Amino acid sequence: MPKVTSIDILIIGGGPAGLAAAVAAWDAGCRSLLILERDERMGGILQQCIHSGFGLHYFGESLTGTEYADRWISQVEERAIPYQCQTMVIDLTDSRQVTAVSPQYGLQRFQAGAIILAMGCRERPRGALAIPGTNCAGILTAGAAQRLVNLNGEIPGKRVVILGSGDIGLIMARRMVSVGARVLACVELMPYSSGLPRNVVQCLQDFDIPLLLNHTVISIQGRGRLSSVTIAQVDPETRQPISGTERVIECDTLLLSVGLIPENELSRSAGVLLSGQTQGPLVSQSMQTTVPGIFACGNVLHVHDLVDAVSEEAVVAGLSAVRWIEQYHCDTPEEDILCRLEAGRGIRGLVPQRISLPLETDYIVIHFRPFQVFQPGEIRVRADGQTLLKLKRRVLTPGQEETIRIPSERIREGRVQSIIIEAGDSLE
Amino acid sequence: MSNAEQSITLTCVNCPAGCRLNVVRDGDQIVSVAGYRCRQGIEYAHQEVMNPSRIVTSLIRVSGSSEPLSVKTKQPIPRHLIGDCLAAIQASFVTLPVTIGDVIIENVLNTGVDVIATRSLPDRTCRSAKVKA
Repeated sequence: MPKVTSIDILIIGGGPAGLAAAVAAWDAGCRSLLILERDERMGGILQQCIHSGFGLHYFGESLTGTEYADRWISQVEERAIPYQCQTMVIDLTDSRQVTAVSPQYGLQRFQAGAIILAMGCRERPRGALAIPGTNCAGILTAGAAQRLVNLNGEIPGKRVVILGSGDIGLIMARRMVSVGARVLACVELMPYSSGLPRNVVQCLQDFDIPLLLNHTVISIQGRGRLSSVTIAQVDPETRQPISGTERVIECDTLLLSVGLIPENELSRSAGVLLSGQTQGPLVSQSMQTTVPGIFACGNVLHVHDLVDAVSEEAVVAGLSAVRWIEQYHCDTPEEDILCRLEAGRGIRGLVPQRISLPLETDYIVIHFRPFQVFQPGEIRVRADGQTLLKLKRRVLTPGQEETIRIPSERIREGRVQSIIIEAGDSLE
Repeated sequence: MSNAEQSITLTCVNCPAGCRLNVVRDGDQIVSVAGYRCRQGIEYAHQEVMNPSRIVTSLIRVSGSSEPLSVKTKQPIPRHLIGDCLAAIQASFVTLPVTIGDVIIENVLNTGVDVIATRSLPDRTCRSAKVKA
C-alpha cells in the first residue's frame, strides 16, 4: 500500500463549492490543503455553463458559468493551493482517511484533519422515471447534452423534445436552437415551471418554444435511434395521463431535465447520515455532518438554484473546517447541540437541521423549499411553540429555494430547544 | 384604444412571482402597464417593450481543434439581432491560445459591442500537482 500523506484539510470536488471552501480555508490560515477533482479540469459543472446570469449576487455582475469558475480558479492559483485533476476518491472513512486513484499518481492515501465534501449532484436519468417504450439512442439528460455541445462541440440531435422544465432543460432548449436544432416542445408534468422566470422568458419565449404545463411523455418510440415520443395532458390532481389527449411528436432527441440528486456515495461510506428530504448530509449551521471533522457544502448538501449561494455556503464550510482543526487537532469531541430545526407544514429540504456550539455568528442562515406555490406566501418560524418570526413573500414556489436568517442570541443562550419552520398562504 | 395602440403581454422576470404584465404601447410611448405587483414590473415593462436586449452566449470554432471556445457579447445587444449575432459567431473561428476576456469579434453587427472569450484555451487547470508527504 502507498504511504499515507497527512493533510490538514482535504476537499473532495473542485467545482464552485470546493474552490470557495479552499480559498476561505487558506485565507483563515490553513496552509496544508488539497483539492481532489475527478474531471480533467477544475470548475465542476460551471465548465459547461457558457450562458450568463452567474455571480449577480457575489460579484455584482452577470458572468457566464465559465467566467464565474475562472474568478475562483484564479484565487486558488494566486494562493498556490494544490489541487489534482483526474483524481477520483474511491473511499472515505469516518476517521477521515481517503483513498484516491489517478492516472498520474496511481493509488494514493491521505489522512486528513478535516474533510470537506463538495462532490455536487447528478441528474435523474431515464431509469428514474420508468417511461414505457423502446431502448433507443437519443435519450440524454440535459446536462449530458450540455457537456457534449459546449465542451466537445458535438450536437446530439436535430429535432428535440425536452421533458421537465428545470433550469438546465430551459437553458439547453435555447442552446440547441442556437446550434441549429429545432426544439419542438418543453413538456412539464407540474402546473408550473420549476425553472427561473428569467429562463422561461429568455430561453423558451424568445425562441417561440411551447411550454406544455400539465403534460408528460407517456411513451418512447424508436428502433436504434429515437423516432418519436407520445405526450399527453395529465390531471393536475392525480398527475395521471388523461385518455384522449395523446399526441405523437416526431423527434430524434429527448432531453431529460427532471431533477438533481446530491452525489453522496462517499458520504455514506464514511457513515455520514443523510436527510430524506434533501438527500444530502444532515448538518449543523457550521456545515458539519454527523461525523465529526467532515463538513459538506454546495449541491452535495442540497440542490441550489444559484451558484452564488453555493460559494457563500462553501466559505462557511471552509472556515468551520479550519476552526475545527485548530480546536481539536487530535481528539474528536462530542458535538454540543443547542437546538434542533424541523421542517413544518408547507416546506421541505431544510438546511441546517441542528444548531451547535460554537455559535459565533449573529444570524443563522436557513435554506428550504416551499412544498407548493403559496401566493402571497408567509414563512413562520416557531421556537418551542412560540412565534419567533413571520415573513411575508410575494410568492413562495418550489422552483425557488428560500433563505432566511434567524437571530442567534436566544439560541446561543440555550433558551430554545426546537425550531419549526412552516410556509403557507399569507392570511392577511 | 386608438388604432396605433398595441397591447403586449409579458412575464416579469425580476422575481419568482413572474407577474403577467399587460402593456399598451403607442409608437414610442408606453400608454399603460397593468398586472405588476411592484415597481420593478413597471421598469421591466418599459425596458422589454421599448428596448429588449440580451447577452448572447455561444461557441466559436477553434482552428485545428474539435473543442469549441465559449464566447459572449460583452454587453446586451438588441433582441432582434440574436440570430444574426449567432450567425456571425458561427461564421468565424479563432486560433489558440486564447485568454478569457480576449476580444474575438470587434463591434459585432455594428452594435458597438464586442464578442469576447469566456474561457481560456488551452485550459490552465488541465494539470495535476503532486503533494509532498
